[in-house]
Amino acid sequence: MDVQATTPLDPRVLDAMLPYLINYYGNPHSRTHAYGWESEAAMERARQQVASLIGADPREIIFTSGATESNNIAIKGVARFYRSRKKHLITTQTEHKCVLDSCRSLEAEGFQVTYLPVQKSGIIDLKELEAAIQPDTSLVSVMTVNNEIGVKQPIAEIGRICSSRKVYFHTDAAQAVGKIPLDVNDMKIDLMSISGHKIYGPKGVGAIYIRRRPRVRVEALQSGGGQERGMRSGTVPTPLVVGLGAACEVAQQEMEYDHKRISKLSERLIQNIMKSLPDVVMNGDPKHHYPGCINLSFAYVEGESLLMALKDVALSSGSACTSASLEPSYVLRAIGTDEDLAHSSIRFGIGRFTTEEEVDYTVEKCIQHVKRLREMSPLWEMVQDGIDLKSIKWTQH
Amino acid sequence: MAASSRAQVLSLYRAMLRESKRFSAYNYRRIRDAFRENKNVKDPVEIQTLVNKAKRDLGVIRRQVHIGQLYSTDKLIIENRDMPRT
Repeated sequence: MDVQATTPLDPRVLDAMLPYLINYYGNPHSRTHAYGWESEAAMERARQQVASLIGADPREIIFTSGATESNNIAIKGVARFYRSRKKHLITTQTEHKCVLDSCRSLEAEGFQVTYLPVQKSGIIDLKELEAAIQPDTSLVSVMTVNNEIGVKQPIAEIGRICSSRKVYFHTDAAQAVGKIPLDVNDMKIDLMSISGHKIYGPKGVGAIYIRRRPRVRVEALQSGGGQERGMRSGTVPTPLVVGLGAACEVAQQEMEYDHKRISKLSERLIQNIMKSLPDVVMNGDPKHHYPGCINLSFAYVEGESLLMALKDVALSSGSACTSASLEPSYVLRAIGTDEDLAHSSIRFGIGRFTTEEEVDYTVEKCIQHVKRLREMSPLWEMVQDGIDLKSIKWTQH
Repeated sequence: MAASSRAQVLSLYRAMLRESKRFSAYNYRRIRDAFRENKNVKDPVEIQTLVNKAKRDLGVIRRQVHIGQLYSTDKLIIENRDMPRT
């Protein structure tokens, strides 16, 4: 139940990819023989599939190695291209590490970055965004669906604001593409990052959408033979992009069905846990929320020990990128979660292939272990006796 | 080729359910829901399109079930318990 970290390949995607891993192994940039031509045709078909999922033109889709590369291209590429006149960027504190890290590296190059705070709900304050836009702002980057708490940002409104102030708008839509309807023209999005392995496609591939009308100019990060309109040199991996295209097409067909199913399962999980356990907090706005990503904090229980207790279910507390460190998630800190609740958080991911049995099993084990861990906790004992933990003066030794 | 008859559609439905049983619970449910959703379609051209797509999907299921068995792994904790059929 860790679909935000990665998803299994949909069998329809694998079926589409296999021929290109077995017999159709041509380089799509080879112009002189059928191996190349059929590989190129497959690549262009995949490009169309990705484009139609987000309402774009195929010429606006560039294949990359994943959303991390797409985010790097979007942020560094736009900032550096317009560096002579524009030196300011805006992003949020809850973005994925690759966005924050790209901004940090740009700061070292002399750019100025505003990291917008988020409200308790996890959503940014639109007025703060408007106030932050300066005459020399080149780019605003806000992710569509957060990978840790599942919160949906008001993308259409942000797009409107950016368009009216003539600032480019980039969104990291890795967790949103194929799960909620997205249209780059309705939402006035100028750049979008797409990840293959979040939508039941292969790992190691992604795409970036770069608007052509009005044209968004980007300085290429990777130099080479000029593939992908010069914006991303390197042989395009045909089997992987065919997989990405197939994943996008399947997602488009299954979006409504999946959303209904996942919403029901999500309701079931949250209701069943909350009615059997007191002191459980859901992190993130429950209304503007993607149902497949549920982040719950279990008070008076340590997150890591709960994860270890739930050893036959694949879960995580926070994102995969930060799961190695002991620090509580910066996303939870940004939404104002108390230190102790931040340490007690678990992220439940529900996806296309999650079954009712899996949800029920997870709920049952979760309730069982939270109760057990709380029994062992001296803090829980004190709370049961009516002591206010915040009033305790812990002695120094 | 004559438009698909009720008998052909039903036999396709049964074949898909049979194949996907060896697969995963998702496919079973998805096939059933998809056929149910389209049960009132009257236009023969649309019916033929849907039937053709289903035939292609049946091929996908057959191949992928086979590959899944070649590269099988241990059962999930969920699959080892005594579960009632959904």
